[in-house]
Amino acid sequence: MGTSFGRGGATTFQQDLANSDCIVIQGSNMAECHPVGFQWVMEAKARGAKVIHVDPRFTRTSALADIHVPLRAGSDIAFLGGIINYVLEHEKYFREYMLAYTNAATIVNERFAGADELDGVFSGLDRERRSYDVSTWQYEGAEVQAASGKRDQLWAERTRHGVRQSGRGEAHGSGGAEIGTEPRTDETLEHPRCVFQILKRHFARYTPERVEEICGVPREKFLQVCELLTENSGRERTSAFAYAVGWTQHTVGVQYIRTAGILQALLGNIGRPGGGILALRGHASIQGSTDIPTLFNLLPGYIPMPHAHTNEDLATFVEAESAQKGYWGNMKSYLVSLLKAWWGPAATPDNEFRFDYLPRLTGSHSTYETVLEQLDGTCNGYFLMGENPAVGSANAKMQRLGMAALDWLVVRDFSLIESATWWQDGPEIETGELRTEDIATEVFFLPAAAHTEKDGSFTNTQRLLQWHHQAVEPEGDARSDLWFIYHLGRRIREKLAAAARDGTRKEADAERDRPVLDLTWDYPTKGRHAEPEAEAVLAEINGWNADAEPLSTYEQLKDDGSTACGCWIYCGVYAEGVNQAARRKPGTEQNWVASEWAWAWPLNRRILYNRASADPDGKPWSERKAYVWWDAEQEKWTGHDIPDFKATKAPDFEPEEGAKGPDALRGTDAFIMQADGKAWLYVPAGLTDGPLPTHYEPHESPFANLLYGQQRNPVRQLLRHENNRFQPSDGQPGADVFPYVLTTYRLTEHHTAGGMSRWQPYLAELQPELFCEISPELATERGLEHLGWATIVTARTAIEARVLVTDRVSPLRVQGRTLHQVGVPYHWGPNGLSTGDAVNELASMALDPNTHIQEVKALTCDIRPGRRPRGPERVELVERYQREAGITDETGTEV
Amino acid sequence: MTTARTPVDPAGDSGYADHPPRMGFFTDTTVCIGCKACEVACKEWNAVPEDGLDLTGMSYDNTVGLGADTWRHVAFIEQRKPIGRQDPGLHHDQDVLTMAEHGTATQPPEAGMTPTTPGAGDDFRWLMASDVCKHCTHAACLDVCPTGSLFRTEFGTVVVQEDICNGCGYCIPACPYGVIDQRKDDGRAWKCTLCYDRLGDGLEPACAKACPTDSIQFGPLDELRERAGRRVEQLHEAGVPEARLYGADPDDGVGGDGAFFLLLDEPEVYGFPPDPVVTTRDLPAMWRHVASAAATLAAGAVAAFLGARKGR
Amino acid sequence: MKGQDAEHGSLDSRPAREAMTGVHTGRKRKGEQPVVPDTEFTSYYGKPVLNGPVWKSPDVPGYLFLGGVAGASSVLGAGAHATGRNRLAVAAKTGAFGAVTVSLGALIHDLGRPARFLNMLRVFKPTSPMNMGSWLLTAYGPCAGAAALSAVTGRLPRIGALATAGAALTGPAVAAYTAALVSDTAVPAWHDGHRELPYVFTGSAAVGAGGLGLLAAPDREAGPARNLALFGTVLELAAFRRMERRLGMVAEPYRAGKPGGMVRAGEALAVAGVAGATLGRRSRVARALSGAGLLAASALSKWGIFDAGKVSAEDPKYTIVPQRERLRERERGGDGWPAGNGAR
Ligand SMILES: Nc1nc2c(c(=O)[nH]1)N[C@H]1C(S)=C(S)[C@@H](COP(=O)(O)OP(=O)(O)OC[C@H]3O[C@@H](n4cnc5c(=O)[nH]c(N)nc54)[C@H](O)[C@@H]3O)O[C@H]1N2
Ligand SMILES: Nc1nc2c(c(=O)[nH]1)N[C@H]1C(S)=C(S)[C@@H](COP(=O)(O)OP(=O)(O)OC[C@H]3O[C@@H](n4cnc5c(=O)[nH]c(N)nc54)[C@H](O)[C@@H]3O)O[C@H]1N2
Ligand code: SF4
Ligand code: SF4
Ligand code: SF4
Ligand code: SF4
Ligand code: SF4
Ligand SMILES: [Mo]
Repeated sequence: MGTSFGRGGATTFQQDLANSDCIVIQGSNMAECHPVGFQWVMEAKARGAKVIHVDPRFTRTSALADIHVPLRAGSDIAFLGGIINYVLEHEKYFREYMLAYTNAATIVNERFAGADELDGVFSGLDRERRSYDVSTWQYEGAEVQAASGKRDQLWAERTRHGVRQSGRGEAHGSGGAEIGTEPRTDETLEHPRCVFQILKRHFARYTPERVEEICGVPREKFLQVCELLTENSGRERTSAFAYAVGWTQHTVGVQYIRTAGILQALLGNIGRPGGGILALRGHASIQGSTDIPTLFNLLPGYIPMPHAHTNEDLATFVEAESAQKGYWGNMKSYLVSLLKAWWGPAATPDNEFRFDYLPRLTGSHSTYETVLEQLDGTCNGYFLMGENPAVGSANAKMQRLGMAALDWLVVRDFSLIESATWWQDGPEIETGELRTEDIATEVFFLPAAAHTEKDGSFTNTQRLLQWHHQAVEPEGDARSDLWFIYHLGRRIREKLAAAARDGTRKEADAERDRPVLDLTWDYPTKGRHAEPEAEAVLAEINGWNADAEPLSTYEQLKDDGSTACGCWIYCGVYAEGVNQAARRKPGTEQNWVASEWAWAWPLNRRILYNRASADPDGKPWSERKAYVWWDAEQEKWTGHDIPDFKATKAPDFEPEEGAKGPDALRGTDAFIMQADGKAWLYVPAGLTDGPLPTHYEPHESPFANLLYGQQRNPVRQLLRHENNRFQPSDGQPGADVFPYVLTTYRLTEHHTAGGMSRWQPYLAELQPELFCEISPELATERGLEHLGWATIVTARTAIEARVLVTDRVSPLRVQGRTLHQVGVPYHWGPNGLSTGDAVNELASMALDPNTHIQEVKALTCDIRPGRRPRGPERVELVERYQREAGITDETGTEV
Repeated sequence: MTTARTPVDPAGDSGYADHPPRMGFFTDTTVCIGCKACEVACKEWNAVPEDGLDLTGMSYDNTVGLGADTWRHVAFIEQRKPIGRQDPGLHHDQDVLTMAEHGTATQPPEAGMTPTTPGAGDDFRWLMASDVCKHCTHAACLDVCPTGSLFRTEFGTVVVQEDICNGCGYCIPACPYGVIDQRKDDGRAWKCTLCYDRLGDGLEPACAKACPTDSIQFGPLDELRERAGRRVEQLHEAGVPEARLYGADPDDGVGGDGAFFLLLDEPEVYGFPPDPVVTTRDLPAMWRHVASAAATLAAGAVAAFLGARKGR
Repeated sequence: MKGQDAEHGSLDSRPAREAMTGVHTGRKRKGEQPVVPDTEFTSYYGKPVLNGPVWKSPDVPGYLFLGGVAGASSVLGAGAHATGRNRLAVAAKTGAFGAVTVSLGALIHDLGRPARFLNMLRVFKPTSPMNMGSWLLTAYGPCAGAAALSAVTGRLPRIGALATAGAALTGPAVAAYTAALVSDTAVPAWHDGHRELPYVFTGSAAVGAGGLGLLAAPDREAGPARNLALFGTVLELAAFRRMERRLGMVAEPYRAGKPGGMVRAGEALAVAGVAGATLGRRSRVARALSGAGLLAASALSKWGIFDAGKVSAEDPKYTIVPQRERLRERERGGDGWPAGNGAR
């Protein structure tokens, strides 16, 4: 989403789904995972909208949809690519919209060669290094630089300096790429190298016949979806897509979303009411945790984390990372204000606002790589706050082995989750692979306070910051995370300061300590536990000017150090000194956009890029779909929402020669974060695995890629380890040892790795133990009995689950064969009231190269009746399977 | 019985002179997403204990039915029937069952499977419905309760007073819907109170409040019945002829339910009795037969003496 | 775009969330839809529709049995008292008192605490047979007690006589009301049998009381007990037959399985008991055996009826099939209520 449109967040809000004429839910089980938001889908249905659910299984979402389309897990790009082909071939795109707001007319340089020419890869592939030289993807006539992360890779290549690749992707991609000069365009769309023609060629092979063979979706069914979607898009009508992790958790996850992005941009569904792509987020504040990130490679507000280059100062960093045009042109103001918020008076123009205090990246530090670093001994201590990797992360065994190699581990949680008890009762203790007395890790368990026991905010799926007030005091020793971090920092600072005072500190360490000692770490506290005031933190995030007055928009941010702001995209949340996130005006007392309920970033805009809801002249595309429009009399943009555009910039505005940043945007450049102001059908830079989505088979697949010689995403990220073996795919010997497709997912009744639900009696009783869902046909084939036990095996390990035989999982006809799929919800682990094996024992660490997200939505497996073996025999069973399939450390690692 | 229009003012009949309108539920099962928020909200609000952790294999229903510790229950029904009369689009040209026969698998009926209603192989629908106490106009549980623990509230609902209930268990087999039940550890009877405590404070019941899709609609019964009638018409017009109301008819065997439902199949498919009758409708007859049987016994005894010669 | 108010466009106020789930999406299927034949009956995973009786065994069937024996014995006792059959009178009266005491004990055991019995007397509620039963027992129990006490001790004969009369008047009601107690539920085998069950119950009570009398009375006084047993057997068998015919499939549990076995054994024992008592009237042993057999017959029949009720509640078939038939009948224009229910 970030690369296509400019910001890594849902383009719309859930309530707006009610205005859709057609909703495609794909890669999400919305009714089960976002039941409250699903009410708006129901409301759309009540208004006559069609709802389509595309999912391997018939779920509670499918039950309420008009059409359920079962497809093979891992084949969505083929499906969506097929729709794009249909749209292009039948000229169903919204031409005026496409011309005005997308890069369809932009011409790509002649060094570019597409997957259609190179049998599934793009120009620039370096097979040795498993990466692309993205320079061949550039526009013509424009000096194109990659977006931040990618740009850095280029720099590294150029200098042959050993900085390992660190990805960028959907989650972090708020920044588009930057374009030096205006690229060449062809408004007739006839130039063979214009994006439109490239798209046409690229998707030409995604025919209904191919879709049927690859996805297992009958042609008629597929065409029905095409018709419904295109009939319900255009001037008068809009369609929306909703997705979640059914799309992201693949080795080509980002490209799944890109495909939807292309489709929605072609159909003119972005920035308009009832349109858009709703990224359904997960944890209550997972959006918040990318905005003010827990990600290793980002600073707050999607500012990239600097790499450890020599001689990198603030000026070069900003020059390298910011954009000429669009709002990223102001990056320096955002970054300097952030540095001021963190180091206050210590940050001055003379010392570059302490840019040197920022940590530097030396490579990728995603959670999965950290596991390898733990095993290597480079990572010795670990804080686990609000995470249960021994259940929730792919290859759970590796997670535990990594933790077993640590010196210390701190777990802050509500209950004794598996990540806190693996050393005494984990699966490896049972198999004898680990012995408690041999584990040297010192494990600290600290009880955490729940959200009801503390003040704070959630940033939800639609970028909405909602404040929650403390309702009760935490029990016993439980403390909030804010309390923990604040007091941990306070004590460390006191110790460092004391060491400096009494001379016990070595002089050489003074430099090391200064960033910590100079931090503004002075939040007011309250109550008997000295709980820091969460609102004071919010006020800092919002920012203030030199007179300590709260700011109200990021347009006020300065690069001279006169403003401080903890996260530029959140600027305004504390406007006028009022906690805007705590606003709770009932929906009945305002219009349906409900802009006075809480506060959404940026600047309380609810539909992003909403300038595109009006035509280039600023008039609504249609009366029915009016949302934001140019009021010529008042000379400003107005409408139902806050315009996502400079309010006074007229539709006919043309920037002056040499204008920079936001001033360089035309009156029609609706995608204000993008370096060319356009939605990107074709991504000239910013992605690691290709400018256009291409159907690749999952990392492990029982089928060959029908469309190209290239079987899998060539640059998918694989972590090699003896406990992370991969399985052969179709065409390789041993592939038939794992003949079934396995997919993992959630249930309404439980939450993620179970820490918040398996200990709750009211939830545990609703889904009391792990089960797998299979079709009656597979049950017959493998002799599995309803409610009996099954053992599921992959190259990693074997788990057991009770069997639910159900028509909700049906066999598919794929490439002339009958394919069975096995579904398993992943919430269980051995602790708590409701128990079961952790499904992530089965998964491998094979990741999307952009986001480092694990592929847990499409694996291959075998399933057999009966319980799994206990003790060492469990390991032996898996080794037998590995031998049978001929698995070596090379299997599956082919480019 | 079928013609006489029974009074629908149970609160008034119970002696509330001036009472609020009769409140109830209209549960529109066609929009239920089976999220069970209603089950959990009810338990949270009423502090109902956990009801056992058993995987039942009944689709996603692991609470099985209403009972002392389950006052809201969501039923899940998997059927080989088209989604409402629509084309569900599963495997247009392929009947998966025949496909399985020709493919790698043997005959599905040989596999132990969830009890789906037999039908065309490519049809499928998943019905979900949230069940609750019906708060009957003529409530058998209330009628038979020997202690007066069960009573009619001013809202026309039926509530157990746990401090009075003596655990006699009479109400339990009396309920024609299998709603009220005995809690094993304390022997007393428990069921939905229609959140009497919340109603008193002007709040809507916890389950209705939690329902994200408004499948559970709470309000004055008259209004709900009207709305439900319109809804059924609307569905019929839209081509869903099997939509029907259950428990809305004040002339049915219990005088109409305070909580009624819109269903897409026969009531028994959802676990409801197709034609429930309040047992006490036959009570006068029962008393007559008891009296006559007692008299018969007395007469028989007299005859026994008359027929016996002295000394025999 | 002047003049457009903030509410224009399609973005009007929210309708109720009444989504058209399951509405036709336009495309017609090819060919005919196979019609699913209506199977005999459908249910929710074969789970019971009703929450069956939670009454415990032996408490409640014991209560049904002993209450019946007590009630009928009081009548027998009064008759014996009036006709000067003293040993029979003493035996019947003490038997009645003993039976009612144990049955009350069983009831209280089922309730858990004695105080819970008193809870029932806080109201007077004719719609609740259990409540009426409690009042009845409150009236009957002391009479039976006083009658027994006076008979055993020979003291206060006038009060004894009055109490005997009181117990005899309420006794048949005690024996019969339990039929209403069980019938006044949704349990199919009980409820649907509400017309005949009182006769089955009093018949069975007479069998039991006759048996008790036979056990205790000397040869010269045993006649009425034997006659009563005979009367009870005939009444019970006749009423039961009639009930079964009328109930149709709902009567299955009375004939099948363990409960059915108990009912049948009870009937056979009753017939054998009466026959034994008649043929072996001179033999003390035969009398005693017959008496015990008759008592057992009464117990078995109550137990069988109790368990059959539970079975009928547990199998959804007995709830659904008759109701479904009733509905069909009504659709066909008939009255729809099972025959006999007209007698209300
Ligand atoms: N009740 C509940 N709600 C939750 C959570 C929870 O644990 N419980 N978790 C929260 C979190 S952290 C998240 S991230 C979200 C996730 O929300 P969702 O993404 O909706 O959750 P999942 O169930 O993981 O996956 C969705 C669907 O993807 C399908 N699927 C699998 N593979 C494929 C594929 O290749 N293509 C397509 N089209 N579909 C596929 C699965 O069958 C499943 O139905 O939910 C959030 N909400
Ligand atoms: N196979 C498979 N694996 C998956 C997925 C999948 O679909 N399939 N989905 C993935 C996704 S999208 C996600 S988000 C992850 C989730 O995986 P995790 O994040 O590892 O799992 P959770 O159970 O959500 O862990 C959160 C923990 O935080 C605790 N907690 C809650 N609130 C607080 C708090 O305020 N403070 C502290 N200190 N602790 C708190 C909870 O008790 C819980 O134990 O799983 C991923 N793994
Ligand atoms: S759990 Fe919370 S976030 Fe998730 S659907 Fe329910 S209310 Fe919304
Ligand atoms: S449904 Fe049952 S428990 Fe509820 S009021 Fe009616 S008879 Fe009573
Ligand atoms: S169990 Fe309680 S509520 Fe039920 S009838 Fe007996 S006293 Fe009344
Ligand atoms: S009304 Fe109240 S008591 Fe009844 S089911 Fe709903 S939440 Fe539970
Ligand atoms: S009735 Fe409402 S709350 Fe209950 S399961 Fe259905 S949708 Fe969820
Ligand atoms: Mo997530």
